[in-house]
Amino acid sequence: MVRTSFERHLHELQDDVLVLGSMVEKAIYRSMEALKNRDLELAKQVIADDSEIDHKRFDIEEKCVELIVTQQPVASDLRIIVAVLNIIIDLERIGDHAEGVAKITIMIGNEPPLKPLIDLPRMAQKTGDMLRRSLDAFVNRDAEAARKISREDDEIDGLYDQVFRELLTFMAEDSKTITRATRLIWVAHNLERSADRVTNICERVVFVVTGKMEEIGVSKY
Amino acid sequence: MTMVHDRVSSIEQRSPEEGIIQMEDKKGILEVENLSAWYGNTLALKEISISIRAKAITAVIGPSGCGKSTFIRCLNRMHEVSHGGRVAGRVLLDGKDIYAKDIDPVVIRRRIGMVFQKPSPFPTMSVFDNVAAGLRLTQLWSRRRDLEEVVERSLQHAALWDEVKDKLNQSGASLSGGQQQRLCIARAIAMEPEIILLDEPCSSLDPVATLKIEDLMRNLAQEYTIIIVTHNMQQAARVSEWTGFFLLGEMIECGKTVDIFSRPKDKRTEDYITGRFG
Repeated sequence: MVRTSFERHLHELQDDVLVLGSMVEKAIYRSMEALKNRDLELAKQVIADDSEIDHKRFDIEEKCVELIVTQQPVASDLRIIVAVLNIIIDLERIGDHAEGVAKITIMIGNEPPLKPLIDLPRMAQKTGDMLRRSLDAFVNRDAEAARKISREDDEIDGLYDQVFRELLTFMAEDSKTITRATRLIWVAHNLERSADRVTNICERVVFVVTGKMEEIGVSKY
Repeated sequence: MTMVHDRVSSIEQRSPEEGIIQMEDKKGILEVENLSAWYGNTLALKEISISIRAKAITAVIGPSGCGKSTFIRCLNRMHEVSHGGRVAGRVLLDGKDIYAKDIDPVVIRRRIGMVFQKPSPFPTMSVFDNVAAGLRLTQLWSRRRDLEEVVERSLQHAALWDEVKDKLNQSGASLSGGQQQRLCIARAIAMEPEIILLDEPCSSLDPVATLKIEDLMRNLAQEYTIIIVTHNMQQAARVSEWTGFFLLGEMIECGKTVDIFSRPKDKRTEDYITGRFG
């Protein structure tokens, strides 16, 4: 494989990461949609689609291994492939968190709503947005953008705190709400962990650009 | 088993020559300062400065014609043997300039051994005589028993003894390519150098023979300072701890091999090692 062919494969690999990223982003939004609307069919679909995410991740991983074996990449080529190998793990795990939200939605079923959902959709929206921009930063080799996105994780942590405190008051006031409130805390936790995974992706972007491994966003949790 | 360095003191006792640094001072530290080299009027190396780590493997990489072979030939005063070969700058071996007027180049070449691209055993000599040749020529050894001891030890260090111990009297040319190259390494080791220069030592070998030489290099690096010129970047990445990248007679970048191959500082290094040019 000559250099031009190798570069084409690297671009394809990058495109594959973007496809996986969009699948995961869609899973975040759809799982929240399912929760908000008590759409159990949609929740089941999110769960079913997660296996496609898993397959896509393995497919990309195999391509990485193939490129390592056949090209023995070094320098920025190697960093891109190493970054992809890490990013796809984070994407797959974010997909699992979305699947987790879908499963909680099914557990909640048709129980009466505890409260109107406002902050949880905001968390999902923000997480999905951070995810999309982190992958843009990867494609554009933009370490500054990656660092900025990583700092936005504080906003997710803030929302998580807010949701947690609010749900705690429900449980303190009425023990009958404990089960429903706890389930919503799980949802918030899934979203908070997803955003943390996005900061991992941002760290990989910085690694691709600078060659240095650095922790750029330290989660509170 | 007596190790090579145990023999060092005996060499000193036998042959205290002018121009030899006392053997107990042997460290194998090479400091190159502003080294330039010419072929006639053509400048082949431009003010190279580098500290070569002792008892480690340093790889020199770069495209054809970048000066990497010229560079290592300057390190044991082989360049001046080339037609029109001229050198400026200093090469300090354990603190002493090998180009100083009172230094005998023959002594330097004994202390800094060299193995070439193509295995070059003396074709008319037996395996034994190939290893013993240098010692005989320099009259460091005369007694057969001593020679046998050194030849065996050198072949063992070159990981060749088991394969040739029953055919020491056969021609060196009868060995396989990989064995011949290890024979040449044994021949260099027999002189008990501090530094071994390897100029593309595996370029004519198959992958199995190449891996044997690479294993050998790693073992030898425990006792010797090794500098290897290689076109094969994977080989440089596999065996060396330090790497210098040469381009058009200049040393563009030198650093830990892991850094050069994962995060080179200079774009020209990046472009070369990723195959964008060269």
